[in-house]
Amino acid sequence: MPASGDDSRGERPRKVLIIGSGPIVIGQAAEFDYAGTQACKAMREEGIYSILVNSNPATIMTDEDIADVVYIEPLTVDVLERIIATERPDSLLPTLGGQTGLNLAVDLAEAGILERYNVRLLGTPLESIRLAEDRAEFRALLDEIGEPSPQSEIVEDWDQAVAARDRIGLPLVVRPAYTLGGTGGGIAFTEEEYERIVRGGLAASPITQVLVERCLLGWKELEYEVMRDGADTCVTICNMENLDPMGVHTGDSIVVAPSQTLSDRDYQMLRTSALKIIRALGIEGGCNVQFALAPRPDITAWPGEETAEALEYHVIEVNPRVSRSSALASKATGYPIARVAAKIAAGKRLDEITNSVTGRTTAAFEPALDYCVVKIPRWPFDKFAFGDRTLGTQMKATGEVMAIDRTFEAALGKAVRSLEMGGRSILWEDPGWVEEFPHDLPATDERLWGLLAALRRDIDPIDLARRTGIDPWFLERLGRIVALERRLLSEDLTPDLLREAKRAGFGDAIIGTLADRLPDQVRALREEWDLRPVYKMVDTCAAEFEAVTPYFYSTYEVENDAVPEPGRERMLVVGSGPIRIGQGIEFDYCSVQAARALQAAGVQSILANSNPETVSTDFDTSDRLYFEPLDEEAVRDLLDNEAGGAEAPPSIVQFGGQTAVNLAGGLQRAALPIAGSSAESIDLAEDRGRFEQLISALGVPQPPGSAVRTLDEALPTAEAIGYPVLVRPSYVLGGRAMEVVQDANELVRFFGAALAERSGPVLIDKYLEGLEIEVDAVCDGESVLIPGIMEHIERAGVHSGDSMAVYPPQNLTPEQRDAIVDYTTRMALALDVRGLMNVQYVIAPDADPAGPGVFVIEVNPRSSRTVPFISKVTGIPLVPLAVHVMLGESIIEQGYEGGLYPDRNLVAVKAPVFSMSKLIGVDTFLGPEMKSTGEVMGVDETFDAAIRKAAIASSVAVERETPFLLSLANRTKAEALPLIHLLHEHGCKLYATEGTAALVEGLGLPVEFVTKRLSEGHPNVVDVINDGTVGAVINTLEGGRPSHMRDGFHIRRAATEMRIPCFTSLDTARAAIQPLTAPGSYNVRPLAAYRDGE
Amino acid sequence: MSASRPARLVLADGRVFEGESHGAAVRATGEVVFNTSMTGYQEALTDPSYGGQILTMTYPIQGNYGVNETDDESTRIQVRGFVVRELTDLPSRWRSMQTLGEYLKAAGVPCIAGIDTRALTRHLRSHGVVMGTITSDETASEALARLRSEPAYGTEDYVAEVSTDAVYTFNHDASAFLPEDAPHIVVLDLGVKRNIMRHLRLRGCRVTAVPHDTGAEDILSLGPDGVLLSPGPGDPMLLDHVVQSARGLAGRTPLMGICLGHQVLGRLFGAETFKLKFGHRGANHPVRDELTGRVYITSQNHGYAVDPDGLDTAVEVSQVHLNDGTVEGMQHRELPLFTIQYHSEASPGPHDTEFLFDRFLESVRNKDASS
Repeated sequence: MPASGDDSRGERPRKVLIIGSGPIVIGQAAEFDYAGTQACKAMREEGIYSILVNSNPATIMTDEDIADVVYIEPLTVDVLERIIATERPDSLLPTLGGQTGLNLAVDLAEAGILERYNVRLLGTPLESIRLAEDRAEFRALLDEIGEPSPQSEIVEDWDQAVAARDRIGLPLVVRPAYTLGGTGGGIAFTEEEYERIVRGGLAASPITQVLVERCLLGWKELEYEVMRDGADTCVTICNMENLDPMGVHTGDSIVVAPSQTLSDRDYQMLRTSALKIIRALGIEGGCNVQFALAPRPDITAWPGEETAEALEYHVIEVNPRVSRSSALASKATGYPIARVAAKIAAGKRLDEITNSVTGRTTAAFEPALDYCVVKIPRWPFDKFAFGDRTLGTQMKATGEVMAIDRTFEAALGKAVRSLEMGGRSILWEDPGWVEEFPHDLPATDERLWGLLAALRRDIDPIDLARRTGIDPWFLERLGRIVALERRLLSEDLTPDLLREAKRAGFGDAIIGTLADRLPDQVRALREEWDLRPVYKMVDTCAAEFEAVTPYFYSTYEVENDAVPEPGRERMLVVGSGPIRIGQGIEFDYCSVQAARALQAAGVQSILANSNPETVSTDFDTSDRLYFEPLDEEAVRDLLDNEAGGAEAPPSIVQFGGQTAVNLAGGLQRAALPIAGSSAESIDLAEDRGRFEQLISALGVPQPPGSAVRTLDEALPTAEAIGYPVLVRPSYVLGGRAMEVVQDANELVRFFGAALAERSGPVLIDKYLEGLEIEVDAVCDGESVLIPGIMEHIERAGVHSGDSMAVYPPQNLTPEQRDAIVDYTTRMALALDVRGLMNVQYVIAPDADPAGPGVFVIEVNPRSSRTVPFISKVTGIPLVPLAVHVMLGESIIEQGYEGGLYPDRNLVAVKAPVFSMSKLIGVDTFLGPEMKSTGEVMGVDETFDAAIRKAAIASSVAVERETPFLLSLANRTKAEALPLIHLLHEHGCKLYATEGTAALVEGLGLPVEFVTKRLSEGHPNVVDVINDGTVGAVINTLEGGRPSHMRDGFHIRRAATEMRIPCFTSLDTARAAIQPLTAPGSYNVRPLAAYRDGE
Repeated sequence: MSASRPARLVLADGRVFEGESHGAAVRATGEVVFNTSMTGYQEALTDPSYGGQILTMTYPIQGNYGVNETDDESTRIQVRGFVVRELTDLPSRWRSMQTLGEYLKAAGVPCIAGIDTRALTRHLRSHGVVMGTITSDETASEALARLRSEPAYGTEDYVAEVSTDAVYTFNHDASAFLPEDAPHIVVLDLGVKRNIMRHLRLRGCRVTAVPHDTGAEDILSLGPDGVLLSPGPGDPMLLDHVVQSARGLAGRTPLMGICLGHQVLGRLFGAETFKLKFGHRGANHPVRDELTGRVYITSQNHGYAVDPDGLDTAVEVSQVHLNDGTVEGMQHRELPLFTIQYHSEASPGPHDTEFLFDRFLESVRNKDASS
């Protein structure tokens, strides 16, 4: 090895600032928790002191044992400067916090702050970041090094856009500079579309710049993940091929790794190009390069130039940082890109970094895969039925799943199972397709199913390829799946046929459906015929070397790499699958903490999950990782493997959200042990009828209500309870299909929708519009510890996941507080909870004049969304406590006692973050259905400062003199009066729609009237939002009726697209406006300093 | 899927893998080796260095882009047999002429598919490469008995089998025009890949290939400006005659040795060669240049390596394999002579070290300047 002192390496960093990526939004999800966590661990291994900043508490990286100092503060230049001034880091690692972290680093540099405090950027020079991000400079660089890029022009205003259009010609791709997940971009086929997209893109770009580019629609899209170190050694980690051709954002594409349709010539041509680019940019670390490659000329209207030896290609985009694709590439190959990138940034060279998979080779090599990986995005359209499902250059998926197998078909089949889309198996078809099949198969979230349906209708794969631009190879493979479906439908199920179906990735449930058997009967046949999956290792080297990392996937082959290790105490932690609205990164946080707690207790931790973005699927999070769908078949199979003929290890199902809890029943029926609360306890809490009986026996009040199955039952029930009522199907996630119903007409409409969704009872409860309270608790069967109580800012009726919440509670009486502790304790004991439980209460004194007015509205016998938040602000390690309870250690033995833990001397506010600007056609008002994708935390000494910071971090902060547009529903007008006065006092100019303007005038305050009738003159409500006249909107709704929603829809969408705060609840508005009365300072301190008063 | 005939791969150590028969329905025997490159099956199959071997690809899906006009590395398929997890009969590529199965069948080469190739690879990795036979008309024990009666890989000279019979000028897919004073490179064909000659031709050289047993004087009589000793199959300890030719060339003309050519030159300078347990075959092999500290990702295909212990001090080890420290390149301290154990011509594999052909031609030009 060359000595390390004799080269050109700069001074070794000693104290590094790492910026996280903030809240989860579409385009920036859990992959950056994974990257940041790996970076912090890498720094620790290198003996470098790390300072971490992130606003998102639901992350492993903000755990206090990951970095040396953790700040949970808003990600702004002001906050960062104050942290730099206090901590005095010598360097900043900007490339691991997504676009947010990168942009912030650029802002800090441009503000002169890095220079002032002598902070050096690590890894990638600022100049390279600018080069890669600035389209014009990047294109110039490509020209210089002779790499092709599509003809394009940089546009900074509409006149330039017109000129560019005339030169290149429609259709055109519009890409805004410096935005996440392609926000604000699109493909324009017509002049109208072009104008709309260009104007939107210019608004979305922080530097008012878009790129207008030759349309390579239908070309193959490929990505290369490459790395470079300070000695100019460059390696490719992975190449990936998008099944969906150019035109669909790569985050919304089905992706395979490695590429399937490229010859070595094609593969190496693009690899060479990618390495040339990373060298030219001078990146030290990781980089992602996207290419368009000419499609087969027989399937496209826009073929490329082709010679006998080479296909035409273009460089599309470069990300000079760790990205979603690099997380996918890391999980697809086993090569930890973020960890290696961090070490390179710290001055290491690739050949000085150990390949932690083999333990003996180094990071200077290129992974060889001996399997096929398929990624499928998880879209939120199950929740946003009215959203625009078309996929284009703007990403819409909230998460993704990955599956690994030895054939493409099998990986695809497992990936579809991993999506957890309820009834949508690979056999699903839209009922409407029977009448009219969508022959053009536009790119939507349903296209995969559309392709299969087309093949079932005997449409020729080449014909399908012409319509969709998808390479025929993939369509032929889907055709094989369809051919096997036919055989399963028509032939006897023989051992050979069953083996073939399993080797092609057919789940037992699908085989059962086709071959007319129950899933359990298929399983029984498999056992009889000895058809069990084996588990192969992901080892970066295609078995060339012995590997020490136990990272496995199932496949139907001969030899098993995952030999169980009986004799040791072991437990399986079931993860939470893809990130979706209602089941976010919080549950991954819990799964990771659980695996660590098991390890710390000397118990072998086995983890199962299907999500490539997460920390939980990092191979060094657990002792064994199974990358598998989280359905009953896959989990039982891996447990059978672990059992090795003896007893299977117990499964922990309470940390992986509803995904894991839903497996409890199946595991119990299969006589597989469950750690913690039993399947019986879970059922008792989730079965509405049984639960009601239990808590009335306990004397714990809940809003009157009951479960009904038919409309005939529902109408008299609702009548008896009294409207408004809250209705929802039982067993749902994130309040899906939950609604506040005002009268019988609405109830009838709701029932129609709910029954179409799924069978099972519907719950009808009295809707109490009071203060909402949430607690998490841990119970060992004897003691119940409540780390803290959280009070929602919004009244009941807004989903708890979309509410702001404050710890400790600000408005509870001692009597109410005692009641909450008492009820929680009694319910936990009665349910025999072993581990975690989450309870939601509503405070409605009027409904309970004799008592404290505390009503239980929901109990979940599992970890909840608030576990990371409450663990961090109270310092109570809830997940490890629960794990130790499962291992038989009581709460008292662990050094805690039952009851409410004393309030900490701080105030913390959790605020939701939405991704609405990416979801065209989705209404943004807050209601009982959850809509947010992520969360942030503001913490400080006072409520006002904490809420101010939460508002800043969640981008709903308003300032003094921010002009407001008001459009208020009649039912909220009286209540809005003090708020209107307050706005006036803050110097906020008021604009208001018809009725609201009259109200403001009536108060004797100045107001500008703006019409909400878009057809009746200008300026209307949308104009004043679009032209920047107003900087915030308050728009309240009359009720849940569609007619009322339509009214404010344009206002809300316009505000969303202009990225200005739009409050649909007066409670949220008040919370954002209130702190302005006490202007000025908030603190910037490490979390521990607030909490422990250091 | 069409009904397929069962076939089996029987290893000399008794391990048997059951699969189905594709390609030609014949038996084949050879040393079983694995390659971890995820692309490039056509180039690998036609690489003469696989002479005498049965090749398994660790990537499970083979044949995705069919067989192309441009991607053959020699005049025929060189492997004895091909072992895959899955052989696709539905390739997709505009210029694909036939499926991989048809290609193998036409060449009379058997393929066995449906094998747990990872299990096979793990077996070879832990037990070392081993002789094996593909069969579809014998029981495992019959095949094993036959296999044990056939000659072992290390005893055969495959170079004679794969080398050209006659001297020829390489003109493959290069422009016709060459200036009068174009450098003339003679390639001593021990099993040369076309892409080596293509690279030389692209750099403006006149390229002549000569048979493996051409003596030094015969080579020099062709008036070369440089000689390239090519890659090839088999044990370099069997190639005394080639070492002899090399001895007559060293110091009289610039030399570059690739793979087997490197091993031959290693022997020339006093080193012995030894057999690696399972060889280096793939497109991801890291090699560190000892002078610059820079690491290159290289394409490799070799089962033997040079033992640096006996090496003449006039020759230095310039490059080593990062994983096992074996010799990957040598440089003569005085003479215009360097070698690489890996394949700078790639095909298949990364193009990172193509510049070595420029380095070779530089030494060719410097020779002219100094003479």
